[in-house]
This record gives sequence, C-alpha cells and structure tokens, in this order.
Amino acid sequence: MTAQPSGHPSGAAGFLHRFEGLRARLPGARLGFVDALRGEAAEAFRQQGFPTRRVEAWKYTDLRPLAAAGFDEPLTAVDSAPDLPPAHGAARAVFVDGRFREDLSALDGLPYAARSLAETLPGLAGRLGGLARIDAQPMVALNTMLFEDGLVVTVPAGVAGGVLDLVSVATASERPEAFHPRHLIRLGAGASLTLIETATGPAKARYLHNPVYEIEVAAGAALTHAQLQQEGDAGFQLSTVYARVDEGGTYDNFTLNAGARLVRNEIHAILAGPKAACHMNGAQLLQDGQHADTTTVLDHAAPDCASRQTYKTVLAGRSRGVFQGKIHVHQIAQRTDGYQMNQALLLSPEAEIDSKPQLEIYADDVKCSHGATVGEIDAEQLFYLRSRGIPEARARALLVEAFLKEAIEGVQDETARGALDAAVTGWWQRQERAA
Amino acid sequence: MLKIEGLTAEVEGKQILKGVDLEVPAGEIHAIMGPNGSGKSTLSYVLSGREGYEITGGSVSFNGVDLLAMEPEERAAAGLFLAFQYPVELPGVGNALFLRTALNAVRKARGESELDAMQFLKLARERLKALHISEDMLKRGVNVGFSGGEKKRNEVLQMALLQPKLAILDETDSGLDIDALKIVADGVNALRAPGFSALVITHYQRLLDYIVPDRVHVLMQGRIVQSGGPELAKQLEAEGYASVQAAA
Repeated sequence: MTAQPSGHPSGAAGFLHRFEGLRARLPGARLGFVDALRGEAAEAFRQQGFPTRRVEAWKYTDLRPLAAAGFDEPLTAVDSAPDLPPAHGAARAVFVDGRFREDLSALDGLPYAARSLAETLPGLAGRLGGLARIDAQPMVALNTMLFEDGLVVTVPAGVAGGVLDLVSVATASERPEAFHPRHLIRLGAGASLTLIETATGPAKARYLHNPVYEIEVAAGAALTHAQLQQEGDAGFQLSTVYARVDEGGTYDNFTLNAGARLVRNEIHAILAGPKAACHMNGAQLLQDGQHADTTTVLDHAAPDCASRQTYKTVLAGRSRGVFQGKIHVHQIAQRTDGYQMNQALLLSPEAEIDSKPQLEIYADDVKCSHGATVGEIDAEQLFYLRSRGIPEARARALLVEAFLKEAIEGVQDETARGALDAAVTGWWQRQERAA
Repeated sequence: MLKIEGLTAEVEGKQILKGVDLEVPAGEIHAIMGPNGSGKSTLSYVLSGREGYEITGGSVSFNGVDLLAMEPEERAAAGLFLAFQYPVELPGVGNALFLRTALNAVRKARGESELDAMQFLKLARERLKALHISEDMLKRGVNVGFSGGEKKRNEVLQMALLQPKLAILDETDSGLDIDALKIVADGVNALRAPGFSALVITHYQRLLDYIVPDRVHVLMQGRIVQSGGPELAKQLEAEGYASVQAAA
C-alpha cells in the first residue's frame, strides 16, 4: 500500500497522494476555513489510514478489497444523462458521480433552500464539519479531505418542506471512481421534511460512494430520512450520518441495503434536548457475496427521550451481514425509553450474520431493552403456503416480506414507506427473475 | 377420484402406515375413524405432500395421476385440499393477501385468469357471507391470534375459495364448539357435487352427524381394518374401538 512514484498508488496512500495533487482545485480551495479543514482531515486520515479489523468498530467489516483498489476523484462534471430512479415527490436533487447536476434537478420554487454545496461553501463556515468527527472516523476524514460537492438544505422554522428526493447515480468509467459527497441538512424549529435518498450504479462497475451527512433537527422539527441503497453489484458504499436532535424534535431514519458489493451504513444520532425522539429502522437484503454492515450509535444526552431501532437482515448465497448497535445513556438522561431489535433470516447455510448490541447506561431511571434473533424460514409455514397451491419461490417471498414488515411499518411517513415497499418488492422480482 | 393401494410410510424410521387400501369415488364423502396413534394424521400429511414422511411402498392415484410424484403446490392445483388439524400462524402475512395469492396460483395452474384485488374481494365477501364468517377475518394476519374455532373457519374459507375436487379434513372437529362445527359442516356440504369428494378424518362420531358420510373406514395400527356405512360410526361411538380390535 505504499505510494508508487509512477502510476496510481492504491489504498490510503493513493487517496492522500491524489489529495495533494487536487488540493488547489477542490471546491473551497481559496476559502481559508475549508482548506484548513481539509488539511486537518488529511492529517487525521494519514494517521489513521483505512480502518482494519483490529479496530473494534470494524471487527466484522474488512475494507481490504477497497484499500487494494486504485481510485480516481474526477473533478470535471460528466454531462451524460443516466437513467434516474423513480421520483417520490416534485422536488429532487440529482448527483452524478458525486457532482450536482442542476439540469437533472428540480429545486426551484421550494419553501426552503436546497442548493449545491460547492456553490454555497462561503456561507458554511461553522456549519460544515460541525457534527462530523474526523478524529474518530477515518472514512469521514477521507470524505472531508476530498468532498467535491453535496446538498445543502435549510428549512426555515415552521416550514413544512414536503418530500425531497436526493438521487445519487454512479456511471461506468474506465478507471474506478471515488466520490465523497457531503450533505448538510438543517431543519429550523417546528419545520418538517421527508428526504428520500436513492443511490444507484451500473452493474460490474467498481466505484466508491462515501457520503457524509450532517443533520440538525431543531426543537419540535421532524425529519424523515430514507436511504435506499441500491448501488451496483461491484460498488462500495460507506455512508456516515451524524444527526443531532433538539428538544421535542424527531429524526426518523430508514436504511435499505439492497445493493453494493460492500456497504457500511453508520449512523450517529444524538438526542440533545428533552423529549427528542429517534427512530432507526432498516432492512438488509443480501445475496451472492455481498457484505452489508449497519452500525448505529445512539446518544441519549437529555432526559425523557425515546429511541426505537428495528433492523432486519435477509441473507442469501454467501452473503454476510453485520449489525452493531450501541445505545449510550448519559447520566443526565433520566426517564430514557430505548428499544433495539435486530433480527436475521438466513436463506442459505453459507450466509453469516454478526450481531453486536451494546448498552452503556449511566442514568438510573431508564427503560432500555434490546434483542437479537437469527432464524431460518419455518418449514411448517412454508408447507402450509405450498399446500394452498402457492409455488415454493412465491411462498418464500411471502414469508420474507412478512419478516421485513415490522421494520417497514415502523416508518411513520407514508411516502417513505411506499418507497421502501416498492424497493423491497423490486428486489424480490429481481431474485425471482434470476432464479 | 382417489385410489390408495398398499400404502406404507415411515416417520423417522418408524413404520406408521402398514398397507393402506382405500378408494374414494367421485361425489362421495368417506370418513376415516380410528384411535389416537392409528396413523390418521400421517395419512393426511402423506397425501398432501408434507416433508418428513418416507413412503416405502404402495401407490396413490388421484384422478388417474400419481399423486405421490407431485409437489404440494401441484397437488393443490390438481384439486387436493388439506384442512389442517393445527392451522399454521403466519405473522406479517395478511389473510387477504394470502387467500388471493393462493387462489390466483391455483387458477393460474388450472389455466384460468387471475383475479385482481377488487374481483377477489367481491368473491371473498360472497364466500364469507355464505359461511357466516365476519369480514374482519380478511384484515388479520393469517391465523394470528385466532381462536381454535376461527382457525378452522379460516380453513373452510380457504376450501370454499379454492374449490377443491378432494378435501381432506384432518380432525377438523377437534376443539370446536357446536356452532363452529356447523359452519365447518356447512362449508363441506355446500361443496357436495358429483365432482367433489371428501375424506373426513375424525376421532369422534359427532362431526358425522353434520357431514353424513357415504362410507366409514376404521384405521387401526396403520391399516384399514373395517369399512361400512354411516351406521359403523354410530356403532364405534357406542362400543368403542376395542370391539373392532377384537373383530380384526
């Protein structure tokens, strides 16, 4: 993994090498605070390198296949018109290979501001990097060092923002590309927004999508955030969400992992004001040699907050799933109500799930529970369905859908729930066609 | 309709069926009675194709086709229906979706057109009404939280929708009160036609007051040991299985 004097070095050294070459051309290069932040991030990334499995938080996810690949960060915008996933609302922000495409987006006439990060950088001092932790998260340091664009959404107090689609499309290219979008979402007091993010990419294309989100939900505001990860089958996605929720606010996250060769979806949420709430639900649908890792860190940092997490993983083929969920209840967070459940359904004897729930409780008046189950399709249930004329493949699909249902029904927002349902159904149809 | 010849079957290496011979002609309802452990449920599961039963000999022909060579779903499409003694709960699977999926799968296999949600609902409501079952049952998860009686009614509803040629009722009367028993019997009697047969497996004579069989067979120790008319059921009720055992 050492940098070669000629050619393209791979691994951490390769990213650092390219950063040195690109630094003066990256967005915000002439803005002191941006360039300084990138410099700090580069130093943090140089010190930490790619996380290895010796690091506890990365024990179950091996990034060596990623580290071994050589990537390019293309800075010039592509002008191709890729196929876009279906829209869920009128407003949409489209990114192709990580760069904002105004011509494909529809952001005019909204009751709030939604703009390209690259164009709004001068006004983001103090906000950019406010929540993200480059010291503790190497992939976040990598993102901060090299981010080329992103979406900045600011919903004013009291405004109901409706549905906003955030679309990321990767295109096939000769050399593997890496893009590191940075998305900043801020909801003012009492505001609301449903953000539905869809990430797709072409089959067999090797690329890295490494987004970081900094999300602020002010008092009484409500953000629904659905992340529909349907990357191409050779793509990598490493996504890190930081969300801070103030008094009486709600952050409702749903993650669907249905694509990519390797994905890690990491969510750090802080319930920072009394009576704040956070729901995290997710479904992972894995096949072949896919690897999907959902890691959540939930900080109860104020009293009377509630959190609910329900994660379901379905594993076919030789796929591997990981769930790590940490709930940290601070001493001040009395009357915390926390619940976490993760369940896996193994469809193949070669599939594997690693599950690590972790509770750290420093307050004394707390209701916190967690559970984990691993199972297979029930033979009695399968026979019952087949005895009614339902072919085996369809019977299995019904039972898997039923297994996932609890996680999907936990999503409050109807549009987001519909999008999830459609994505799950689509996954099954592809399975059935392939069978 | 159904012809069983010399059927032998094992469960976990233990022989349960030891040469069953039975013929159910089209349009007839036959009852199989027998004490616990005689092989009644094994027979119904072997006929419906459940895994875990090893057929070691004999044959089963269903309308001229080798039933034992078919997958469970193929048997259902061919017109076989098993009303389970213990209907299985399917949490998260809505009853309406389940019933429509089953009906359409069977219709498709039979070369009939599939029903859309509206057409299905109309048909389901008709059947529910005829069976005096609340529409509420469609909205719930399959058998989830159902009482014993509700589960059996749901079996009858499935039967009414799938319109089988041969229905096997495996101790459908167990745990039923008299009202539920009547609903089950009405469901079977409503299907009575020249092209419909039923095999009613029961421990007690009670159900046969409501579903009057053409023939009654006694299954003991894995064999049919005696056959007769409906009066045989009454005799068993009065004298018990010991009398048959002595005669056999």
